[in-house]
Amino acid sequence: MGIQLSERVQAVPPSGIRKFFELAEERDDVISLGVGEPDFATPWRARTAAVDSLERGQTSYTANRGMRELREAIGEHVDAEYDLEYDPDEEILVTAGASEAVDLAFRAFVNPGDTVAVAEPAYVSYAPGVTFAGGEVLPVPTYERDEFRLTREALEASGAADAEVLVMCFPNNPTGATMELEHLAPVAEFAREHDLTVISDEIYAALQYEHEHTSIATLPGMASRTVVVNGFSKAYAMTGLRLGYVMGPAEAITGMNRIHQYGMLSAPTTAQHAALEALEHCDDAVDEMTAAYDRRRQFLLARFEELGIECFRAKGAFYAFPEVPTEQTGDEFAEDLLEAEGVAVVPGSVFGSGGEGHLRVSYATGMDELREATDRIERFLD
Amino acid sequence: MTASARDALLDSLLENARYSTADLARMTGLDESDVEAAIADLEEDGVVRGYRAVVDWESTDRERVRAVVEVNVELDRETGYGDVSRRLAGYDAVDTLRLVSGDYDFHVEVIGDSMRDVSAFIADEIAPIPAVTQTVTHYAMTTYKESGVDFGDGDDDDRLSVSP
Ligand SMILES: Cc1ncc(COP(=O)(O)O)c(C=O)c1O
Repeated sequence: MGIQLSERVQAVPPSGIRKFFELAEERDDVISLGVGEPDFATPWRARTAAVDSLERGQTSYTANRGMRELREAIGEHVDAEYDLEYDPDEEILVTAGASEAVDLAFRAFVNPGDTVAVAEPAYVSYAPGVTFAGGEVLPVPTYERDEFRLTREALEASGAADAEVLVMCFPNNPTGATMELEHLAPVAEFAREHDLTVISDEIYAALQYEHEHTSIATLPGMASRTVVVNGFSKAYAMTGLRLGYVMGPAEAITGMNRIHQYGMLSAPTTAQHAALEALEHCDDAVDEMTAAYDRRRQFLLARFEELGIECFRAKGAFYAFPEVPTEQTGDEFAEDLLEAEGVAVVPGSVFGSGGEGHLRVSYATGMDELREATDRIERFLD
Repeated sequence: MTASARDALLDSLLENARYSTADLARMTGLDESDVEAAIADLEEDGVVRGYRAVVDWESTDRERVRAVVEVNVELDRETGYGDVSRRLAGYDAVDTLRLVSGDYDFHVEVIGDSMRDVSAFIADEIAPIPAVTQTVTHYAMTTYKESGVDFGDGDDDDRLSVSP
């Protein structure tokens, strides 16, 4: 008999993104607005730091929790930027991407059969991650009428009061939605009332265009029940270097590290050196990239308006989440658009409940491509 | 116009001075008429001094020679850096002129159709200026990056076309 896959693995269907990836790969004239990663290369100084570290032969494991210097730099950075105070010795863990941090959190906090409330539309890895950890996903929809913010009403209506864990991500992939203090307060209140552990994925925190980031962990009583996930992939255009981090109460981080130390041992050493340099010397590069995203965001939103495509004003990450401008489903529209004009966008349904009827349109792509892609969409709609 | 809108406009022009007014308006959230007015102001205030293409001459059939010339000067009561700079800047062959700190005074970039052309220019026009005490000429052999534009072909987009 061959290998029998576990039920948990069998329970997870292939990603919906896969299908569009394969369709897009079939042609070579595609302009892709389906990309979930920066189009910039990692800032040069961070890249040279990686090379230097290799030249110096710094190729061994680091401490399980990550290089002490890097944890300190992370602690200082999040304190300065987001008012988050964490002790680098006990409350910060460096991971192989935010992805590993999210996975560790599920495995560390979820018992078999536990309910994990996931604010949807959501990043595609959360639901499978919950399943792999033996938990049950409870989708909590967010709505366009609320600019895709998570609300207390939706938490109540979906039965999240009985959940053990809440996963949220603002600025959001795929919607680009952001939440400010006034929107976070009722969610925090709900989490406290119902004793929820909160996993807050804030990997897009640096990419906000009309206001500054507020972390739910800074709200009263939240630091003790929240782990904050962040990383270098998006802000520093370091996706391929696979480096993230997670911060939270010492018990939570110690528990996550227990898994990490066996599963991963330590995050990639070369990437940690790049990340340290990024934190210490690449603020200007982040500012420049953010400014470029903002110009493209405004361009895209303006073009949608001209084309009569309904889209709320997303203020974060590098995604717009417009409504499907035809009578079709998002899947049909995305397929037809790709077929007819070679423009790839991702249907919102891929991201779970509430995503249907929408498209994720990434503006992590150059202005020339963005202009050409929107011209093609215009032609397609005519 | 807010300072940040003006900055966004400048950044966009630096990225590509050929963006249409309509695109600039979309990117900055301004009206087209405001964009036009703002650009006119930037030009009038001497903030934007000009627009030109960044050309990789090695990809053309045209012969172009660029030289970096270090120029040392000795000033006297009647002659200041400003006077020397005016004389140097007047020549069409002088593409870029800067007063710099360090071992020499003026950093001059000279462009010509041939090495002989450039040498003759330096020998006949720059060296004889009374204040000039020394010139050191470096011919550019290969240009890898100019005005922020990298001439290597390192910017292929090799990302997956659809990713999470
Ligand atoms: C919301 C969100 N979280 C996490 C990740 C994964 O980040 P990393 O590359 O750090 O694993 C992504 C990547 O698309 C994301 O969009």
